[in-house]
Amino acid sequence: MSEGHSTYTPKTGLGRWFDARMPLPRLVYDSFVAYPVPRNLNYAWTFGGILSIMLVAQILTGIVLAMHYTADTNLAFGSVEKIMRDVNSGWLLRYMHSNGASFFFVAVYIHIFRGLYYGSYKAPRELLWILGCIIYLLMMATGFMGYVLPWGQMSFWGATVITGFFSAIPLVGDWIQQLLLGGFAVDNPTLNRFFALHYLLPFMIAGVVVLHIWALHVVGQSNPTGIEVKSKTDTVAFTPYATIKDAFGMIVFLFFFAYFVFYLPNYLGHPDNYIVANPLKTPAHIVPEWYFLPFYAILRAITFNVGPINSKLGGVLCMFGAIVMLFLVPWLDTSKVRSAVYRPWYKLFFWLFVADAILLGWLGSQPAEGSYVFMAQMATLFYFAFFLIALPVLGLIETPRRLPNSITEAVLEKNKGGSGHPAGATAAPETKG
Amino acid sequence: MKKILTSLALIGLVAVAAGAAGTRAIAAEEAHNVANPTHFPIDEPKEMDWSFTGPFGTYDKAQLQRGLKVYKEVCSACHSMNLVAFRTLSDLGYSDAQIKTLSAEYTIHDGPNDAGDMFDRPGKPSDHFPPPFANEEAAAASNGGAAPPDMSLLAKARGVERGFPQFVFDIFTQYDAGGPDYIHSLLTGYNETPPAGMVIPEGTHYNPYFMSGVSLKMPNPLSDGQVTYDDGAPQTVDQYSRDVSAFLAWAAEPHMEDRKKTGFRVLVFLLLFGALVYLTKRKVWEGVAH
Repeated sequence: MSEGHSTYTPKTGLGRWFDARMPLPRLVYDSFVAYPVPRNLNYAWTFGGILSIMLVAQILTGIVLAMHYTADTNLAFGSVEKIMRDVNSGWLLRYMHSNGASFFFVAVYIHIFRGLYYGSYKAPRELLWILGCIIYLLMMATGFMGYVLPWGQMSFWGATVITGFFSAIPLVGDWIQQLLLGGFAVDNPTLNRFFALHYLLPFMIAGVVVLHIWALHVVGQSNPTGIEVKSKTDTVAFTPYATIKDAFGMIVFLFFFAYFVFYLPNYLGHPDNYIVANPLKTPAHIVPEWYFLPFYAILRAITFNVGPINSKLGGVLCMFGAIVMLFLVPWLDTSKVRSAVYRPWYKLFFWLFVADAILLGWLGSQPAEGSYVFMAQMATLFYFAFFLIALPVLGLIETPRRLPNSITEAVLEKNKGGSGHPAGATAAPETKG
Repeated sequence: MKKILTSLALIGLVAVAAGAAGTRAIAAEEAHNVANPTHFPIDEPKEMDWSFTGPFGTYDKAQLQRGLKVYKEVCSACHSMNLVAFRTLSDLGYSDAQIKTLSAEYTIHDGPNDAGDMFDRPGKPSDHFPPPFANEEAAAASNGGAAPPDMSLLAKARGVERGFPQFVFDIFTQYDAGGPDYIHSLLTGYNETPPAGMVIPEGTHYNPYFMSGVSLKMPNPLSDGQVTYDDGAPQTVDQYSRDVSAFLAWAAEPHMEDRKKTGFRVLVFLLLFGALVYLTKRKVWEGVAH
């Protein structure tokens, strides 16, 4: 895709002056105007752009919130309430930021599932995929620390539980936990370092995003057929084609985001976080934010010891292992065909995996007792089986459907057979994907 | 797209079935002993009609004024409301002069003055509601060992878990009255008699709507006719608790009206802008099979 030569020709004198000294306009032109994208990308491919604007929105609202926030255990809760009550539009900034975190995760989950469905992680995009996994890890750390800052009950107890995981690690666990906390328990030093890191990590995310986009522009986008771009007819220019489609995707996404910010701003939060943190009073159920719930369910599903590994360490290992699986996906999948469109069995298992992840999320919000524990254990088993059994084995035994020779052929075939429109005419919206 | 939607619908159905089966299994497990329940509240909060719910919800100012009266005459004996300033009572429809008079009724402990002494002075609109106890320890000591919670955020800090599939429907109905519903149910739930055989710890009061046990330390705070209304509203426990719940909803979320009004404009804008961008997109892609 990266053809190595630029088609940018500056039209003004100033443009030529710049181009000879620092060709930034050329970089922007080559990356976001002339850059060729497959012509058959569907709306699932708009989530990269959506994630970029969510990151920018989080950083902007976050910087203003930080101007009014006080990272001190005696003052933090009150300073957040001051933002909510007295700062001009403070309620809007804070609700945008807290719901923005949730919608950032909504978008990233769709983005990850899209990659899994269309096999976007396969060679030559392994590094692109791994950079994405690193962004996801950084997002989780940022989201977790951000949730601690309002210093409510769930902030405090969530921090206590999650930092407690590290103490399960043999030999160095206690040392790591104390380093994270700045002491033996969650307290003022914890809040201060979490605030500092919560401000730092988004900029690290932005840095890795640059690498992610760089890697993307080297190998080019994958597409719903999973067939590499072979000729110029397979692609269209990024601008106006992808730009306008991304813009529409962003607006639809912002509509859902705004619905929550303005009408259900506390729906995704926990009521207990409107109670100021009290180290002497444990809430009845400690629940992390919804986007951690599947991993929380996996953590609590391990209720038994395995040899020298006790249930606590086992739970922590499984939880981190669940994330490690994502990093290994490019090498676990043995299929030569990328896209689930041509892989009937993989498609089935993919959707079962989505259902499993949703089920795990729901189980994570329920108390770990009774039949919930057994359900969580089964769902955990399926989670790992998907990566460790389904991905490698399906690639070997599955007979894929016939692949079209090129993206163009696939597109023309679809338009001919589909809605009866002549090739080249606008297809009905639902066949656009 | 159609395929994706169909698949999503299928997944939804499977998840619903699994969830329902799971919930039923749990329910069967728990139905064992009425006298010894393990999940709280025993009764789900009653869903009331509130003026402030829904996309165009607004606070009923007369109701908030009545609620303030109930708070002042009943709740404030034990519950603080540290985050609410008198000046914000203009939201309830009071004039500046009225707020001045109202705040002057309170005594604020202030200082130190130039001589280094603490002193008492009448309240000003910029002051917050003064707490009934000097500190949390004093509040706990006077109330059987547990300090009554601050009421500023109570309407957002309480809410009974809605469970599956109710929490999905809540997105569409914009259900955001979990706190007020809970407070109203709790305040009107004291008159029920505990099931035979249930052990109520001494010094506590049975209430099937309490979310953390069979009973709570707070005794029934309201009785019919206790607070005099001058706007003709019924002077009943039910009305008092509705009014004070609405007042607490305002205290917890004073900018709610502004939020929903802004939200409507934002959504209308996004809808129109989205339609224009969509038409532009169709025009751009016209003639390009994809």
